[in-house]
Amino acid sequence: MDPLSTVFAVALSGIATLLTLYFASQAQDTIFFVHMIIFALAAGLFTIYLARKCDFSREQMATPQGDDPGSYQGTYSDGIVRLGVIATIFWGIVGFTVGVVIAFQLAFPALNFDLPFTNFGRLRPLHTSAVIFAFGGNALIATSLYIVQRTCRVRLAFEPLAWFVFWGYQLFIVLAATGYLMGSTQAKEYAEPEWYVDLWLTVVWVAYLLVFMMTLMRRKEPHIYVANWFFLSFIVTVAMLHVVNGLALPVSPFGSHSYAAFSGVQSALVQWWYGHNAVGFFLTAGFLGMMYYFIPKQANRPVYSYRLSIIHFWSLIFLYIWAGPHHLHYTALPDWAQTLGMVFSVMLWMPSWGGMINGLMTLSGAWDKLRTDPILRMLVASVAFYGMSTFEGPLMSIRSVNGLSHYTDWTIGHVHSGALGWNALISFGAIYYLAPKLWSRREMYSLRLINWHFWIATLGIVIYAASMWVSGITQGLMWREYNADGFLVYSFAETVLILHPFYVMRAVGGLMFLFGAWIMAYNVWRTIRGERRVDQPVSEVITVGA
Amino acid sequence: MFSHKIIEKNSTLLLVLSLLVVTIGGIIEIVPTFYLENTIEKVKGMRPYSPLELMGHNIYKREGCNLCHSQMIRPFRDEVERYGHYSLAAESMYDHPFVWGSKRTGPDLARVGGRYSDEWHREHLKDPRSVVPESIMPGYPFLKAPLKVHDIAAHLRANQRLGVPYTEEQIEAAAVDMVSQADPDSDGAEDVVSRYPKAQVRDFDGDPTTLTEMDALIAYLQMLGTLVDFSTYSVEENSR
Amino acid sequence: MDLYTELRQFADSWGLLYMMLIFIVVLFFVFRPGSKSYYEHQARIPLDEETSPDDKK
Repeated sequence: MDPLSTVFAVALSGIATLLTLYFASQAQDTIFFVHMIIFALAAGLFTIYLARKCDFSREQMATPQGDDPGSYQGTYSDGIVRLGVIATIFWGIVGFTVGVVIAFQLAFPALNFDLPFTNFGRLRPLHTSAVIFAFGGNALIATSLYIVQRTCRVRLAFEPLAWFVFWGYQLFIVLAATGYLMGSTQAKEYAEPEWYVDLWLTVVWVAYLLVFMMTLMRRKEPHIYVANWFFLSFIVTVAMLHVVNGLALPVSPFGSHSYAAFSGVQSALVQWWYGHNAVGFFLTAGFLGMMYYFIPKQANRPVYSYRLSIIHFWSLIFLYIWAGPHHLHYTALPDWAQTLGMVFSVMLWMPSWGGMINGLMTLSGAWDKLRTDPILRMLVASVAFYGMSTFEGPLMSIRSVNGLSHYTDWTIGHVHSGALGWNALISFGAIYYLAPKLWSRREMYSLRLINWHFWIATLGIVIYAASMWVSGITQGLMWREYNADGFLVYSFAETVLILHPFYVMRAVGGLMFLFGAWIMAYNVWRTIRGERRVDQPVSEVITVGA
Repeated sequence: MFSHKIIEKNSTLLLVLSLLVVTIGGIIEIVPTFYLENTIEKVKGMRPYSPLELMGHNIYKREGCNLCHSQMIRPFRDEVERYGHYSLAAESMYDHPFVWGSKRTGPDLARVGGRYSDEWHREHLKDPRSVVPESIMPGYPFLKAPLKVHDIAAHLRANQRLGVPYTEEQIEAAAVDMVSQADPDSDGAEDVVSRYPKAQVRDFDGDPTTLTEMDALIAYLQMLGTLVDFSTYSVEENSR
Repeated sequence: MDLYTELRQFADSWGLLYMMLIFIVVLFFVFRPGSKSYYEHQARIPLDEETSPDDKK
């Protein structure tokens, strides 16, 4: 940045520091006080950092650098992507760990310790937000900023703003996470953070949109590659969903509590319009952007059908947005809305499988690479899991099936086959692809460790999904079991008791998945240090095993 | 003539078009529920929460109760037998936001009011397995802490601004009403019932000296599902 | 006729037809004969790039 804009930024963040300190002094509750102090600390550190960068020497004043695209020395800005990869691994391990903890809490309730910050009700949003927004979000930010530069053949626009996006997003994660532990929540699933955290995320997200959009506009490649379409629609749709669903009225500008703008049935519809499209655009569209880049790159072949990808894009984003009401079957939501939700969810099966076929068929004629390349295998397995979950999803959105599956662990199993199988595996694949490139290493430290990660994680997912499937259907059937005299057979408590072994199995599956992530962290760490393990080639290992 | 090539080369157009495409479904699905009159049934008996119940509702959300307990009974024979009349949209019309839930790790609570004694709730919240051995619910002994609210009237006011029909009288008396509802011997006890019909006035947590979070939560739980008068509810008039 | 019935009938007839037509037009546009070679370049975008923005092929 040139000195003048630095001075401006110093002033701005200095004012922000003072303002948040003032808000802290007026705080009406502990949560708000703690959060304003965190804000003030972040803004204060940022001010000091910027002030130290100020350079008023004559040369600096005379030759403004920065956003002039001509001044770059022909490299991509990858510093932010490197940090993003590390953040993805870090938050992934945090999120998986909390998931394993709450899985064990459901099997052994004594592990709640009867304390406010350790009970399931507060740790569960910590788990969901950590894996979706912290792990998934960092993976999306890192990969989208990497891909958009490569496919547009241009450096990031507004690079300082991109850094703000990264650190601002980490601040959002810290605020949300500490808030959950202190009991701060709007009680809307996957949109729990309170009003001021929501406002902060809006600022960060608009900055993200600006950086991405401006990079697209400065591109040297005439066409916008399809991965960028998915990323762009992910960013802009999430902005829309977040703002509308987040509408709330604070009780006081100096207190943490707020009431949502909508109530009852309307709030339910808006929330699941948001909730389902958090899946549709955050966890699907954004990650499809990854698929359309990393699979062709790793296989070194263009995508199977570019024309299919165009149909895939438009039909996916059009159909997904309608599907929310399938979360509200047989509730007090009007029937017409439930029917619409169901019909569009079933139709959604087509673009989803179109996309899956497009990803998988990219390998046609090069299937042998799966034997030798564990990174490619991870990417392809993730697409296969995507296909399975997007087949199961429409099935569960059919009203009569949903009557059985809703409120049970079947839903939990479905979500995890998607989140662990699709989102996490493709992120792992992307990390293994990116790490050597970002730190200029020839290859990952060990390909065999990637192989180990792949198998442990996949086995973990299978155990997880299978145990939740059985548990959900068992409990759903027990709830509606009648005896010959027309009485309900089981009390609710009896249906809880029978699930214990499945809950233990699920926790073990989760533990395996977490262990796999640690293997990855180790492997990436050794890669960054520039080491290489002398491995037996993966193909021989497999041939021997087969 | 229009060509897809234009979109492929113009990022602004791509942005606008994809935003347009994702708005259609949301508008067609969401907007009518605000305008179609039959979205919320016409029932007798629904009223806004009393101040103490509202605080209980907030503690319910704070501890994430809605993550394991639904408040939405579906119109199935087994659910109606297990939990009571299926839930109506009217019953959550004052919840900002709804707490219907999406998972039943524990049973539905839409009509839990009056099913158990206050004492049962106290023991159950403190140590769930002392009354239900199979339960996997966490214990909440820390709810014995005094109920801390900075400004209860401001909470009612915020709800009023969002459309909950609190009267000025109710907002002015909020602080008194909150305390009186848990103290049947107080002067304001009768006023609570006149301002909030069917409100239950008693010492919910067995500790008459302090107004605790336990008081608020049990007052809320004991009210759930007790407001709507189903003797006057007509299914035909409210079909959707 | 109340608002609900009116909207419902419109959506079930014209609304449905409109969406079908759009879908068919889009399908035709993308898969029309001769467009394949046009899209081959785009499909290769990620493969042609390398380490710096100035690498041009």
